[in-house]
Amino acid sequence: MAAMATQTDSRLVPASGHAPSSWGLGDGQAIPWEYAPAPEARDLVTLKDRYGLFVNGRFVPASDGGTFATVDPATEEQLAVVARATTADVDRAVRAARRAQSRSWGRLSGKERAKYLFRIARILQERSREFAVLESMDSGKPIKESRDVDVPLAAAHFWYYAGWADKLEYAFPGRVARPLGVAAQIIPWNFPLLMLSWKIAPALAAGNTVVLKPASTTPLSALLFAEVCQEADLPPGVVNIVTGPGEIGMAMVTHPGIDKVAFTGSTEIGKRIAQGVAGTDKALTLELGGKAANIVFDDAPLDQAVEGIVNGIYFNQGEVCCAGSRLLAQESIVEPLIDKLKDRLATIRVGDPLDKNTDVGAINSKAQLDKITELVASGVAEGAELYQPACDLPDRGFFFRPTLFTNVAQSHRIAREEIFGPVLSVLTFRTPDEAVEKANNTVYGLSAGIWTDKGSRILEMVGRMRAGVVWANTFNRFDPTSPFGGYKESGFGREGGLHGLLAYVRLEDR
Amino acid sequence: MATRGRPPASAGRDGTSRAAAARAGAVAAEAAPARLEVRKTYKLYIGGAFPRTESGRSYVISSADGAPLANACRASRKDLREAVRAARKAFPGWAAKTAMNRGQVLYRVAELMEGRREQFATEVSQAEGLAPAAARDAVGRAIDRWVWYAGWADKIGQVLGSSNPVAAPYFNFTIPEPTGVVGVVAPETSSLLGLISRLAPPLVTGNTVVVLASERRPLPAVTLAEVLATSDVPGGVVNILTGRRSELVPVLAGHADVDALDTWGVPDNLRVATEELAAEDIKRLLRRPTKTVEARFDWLDDAAAERPEWIAAFLEMKTVWHPIGA
Repeated sequence: MAAMATQTDSRLVPASGHAPSSWGLGDGQAIPWEYAPAPEARDLVTLKDRYGLFVNGRFVPASDGGTFATVDPATEEQLAVVARATTADVDRAVRAARRAQSRSWGRLSGKERAKYLFRIARILQERSREFAVLESMDSGKPIKESRDVDVPLAAAHFWYYAGWADKLEYAFPGRVARPLGVAAQIIPWNFPLLMLSWKIAPALAAGNTVVLKPASTTPLSALLFAEVCQEADLPPGVVNIVTGPGEIGMAMVTHPGIDKVAFTGSTEIGKRIAQGVAGTDKALTLELGGKAANIVFDDAPLDQAVEGIVNGIYFNQGEVCCAGSRLLAQESIVEPLIDKLKDRLATIRVGDPLDKNTDVGAINSKAQLDKITELVASGVAEGAELYQPACDLPDRGFFFRPTLFTNVAQSHRIAREEIFGPVLSVLTFRTPDEAVEKANNTVYGLSAGIWTDKGSRILEMVGRMRAGVVWANTFNRFDPTSPFGGYKESGFGREGGLHGLLAYVRLEDR
Repeated sequence: MATRGRPPASAGRDGTSRAAAARAGAVAAEAAPARLEVRKTYKLYIGGAFPRTESGRSYVISSADGAPLANACRASRKDLREAVRAARKAFPGWAAKTAMNRGQVLYRVAELMEGRREQFATEVSQAEGLAPAAARDAVGRAIDRWVWYAGWADKIGQVLGSSNPVAAPYFNFTIPEPTGVVGVVAPETSSLLGLISRLAPPLVTGNTVVVLASERRPLPAVTLAEVLATSDVPGGVVNILTGRRSELVPVLAGHADVDALDTWGVPDNLRVATEELAAEDIKRLLRRPTKTVEARFDWLDDAAAERPEWIAAFLEMKTVWHPIGA
């Protein structure tokens, strides 16, 4: 039996048991050793049968008693039943938030607000494993990612913004920063707790109160976060969590008691939300879709680039708005790069999200799996060349093989539309100008990657990318101090850093 | 060209009082003037040139007291699309100028405006019905405001940019970049000072602009175009259209190659429709607060009308991750 070590070199032990061709065993040949399961313990998480809405510091059922189920996408089994909020519940939550803003939270000194946020950060750290397991169960993401990325970064966001709460007068020179009031925040299912922290931490630091709606397929970590708010003795109404379908989100957006709307999700819904605030004074920030180019020049360190490409598109099953879904490879290195990439793909382990060695977990929902399947079929139909490593998928659950398309044309749907799945489209270029042209030829502009050994070329390409985040010789890095957000139809406003704080304040004259 | 009962040539063009204008008119009725004035044709400003509207339409511009002043072009949606094309074409060059150069080019616009102070004052006085002294004050303030914004060109990056102390071995920094083509619906009431207060903020960082001038008071905007045309601001960087708001605002808001919109001058009855159209391609919006009555905003108030936030509204923040070490 193979070692049970939690740190396993991903190149050595393919889950699929099929060897990469470079190993010289012959295509599709079984690897002569076994790979032992390394499941993370689930008993840290105590699931309730039913979860209520978190309004004014208490868990309450929906006003009409409605509920919906949330399932584990890896097993298709029901995890819990969650309250389905009504517009009356939204109204109650907004009123609670307004009361808290005007009576408690808005009157607290920055120092006191800071201490609450530090408390929350500490509790998230203390209960990190519990959050990681729950997040992986509800979303399908690999435990190594929820454990090493989502949860630590979420805690770090609260930590970072906690320190701003009592230093607002230094944040915006010549201006007084005042809270906007009550924020309606709607977050997606790909990074449920992390997106919650990106939304709630800066809002609270600036003195706002919030009504937050998690995605309907991933409500559980937000509801566990509500328990953290109780544990931190956060005043009632400062954070309110309502769960339900998209219509409830729109009811939040159009509620007259809202001062600020923050949305992360698809560009399509983002447009509807922007229309929902038309003609009002509500502040708006949108973090929407992407179709990032990951540009590899001929002088790039190829092995390092391969790791970056894999991290760029297969991280979190590719369900990442800033995923590097278009690989732009310089023509002279396309062949060795694709060969290396295919070898690397053979070692990617797809399977149980709670297995510590899993690289690619479950797709978040049946609907998303169907969308990925449909777009991949369009790629084949439009003439691109499909490559998927030989790997076995679990019998149940929503899984999709890491997928690579070569011979992709700019006009193909797989080169234009956001797939939000583990699907990479490879395009090529000859000159830097052509790379720029192709990279920017999209309605999106969230992120880009540049791989080259030449520093001056990096900085030149940085300047020519119409994208909000540019990673040089790396990809998919995030940090609470680092502003994140898009150009063009990838949205506007930034999250993270000082710029993320700006999205939650009104600036007045001194 | 059809005559439209214009006031006598000398009236209202040299800042003379209405009584003086009436006297001059009386004289003109009796005898031909010693010299016939050459009237100005007010045209559009697109791509550095002064075309008439392709539609061949015009509308009468009257002074605040109702006397006809001139015919202005009634721009069509095709004119507007031409203006957007010109702005898009000019964007890479304008954005690529060094910040200091852009600041100097804009400062020169103020120099040229200074030379035309009297002309601007006359036009503003006629358009807004201001007493000559008040009109001169507004023009002086407009020139000073232009200088204030021009000076931001090489400073805004340091004020709004940042280097970010990430918890990993990366040099991480954030820089502002211009959004692209910005549509500016200029204030309806303040024909020059209001216009300049909206035009300068997007311009100074490298955006290119399509302006819809005040509908009823567009003449100072056309004169500003003449200043811009003789300055070092490249053609296409600023494009100025005159015409009907109800006809042009929806085209501007719905144009997919316009990246951002300053809706300050959008009439209240068009507000919701404009913002809904702009949402179709996630345009950045700088909106007049609903409680702020356009006609009552005090553009003379420097604290209220000189705001770096209005520059920031038309900037994108780009964050860069560069590895340190290996």
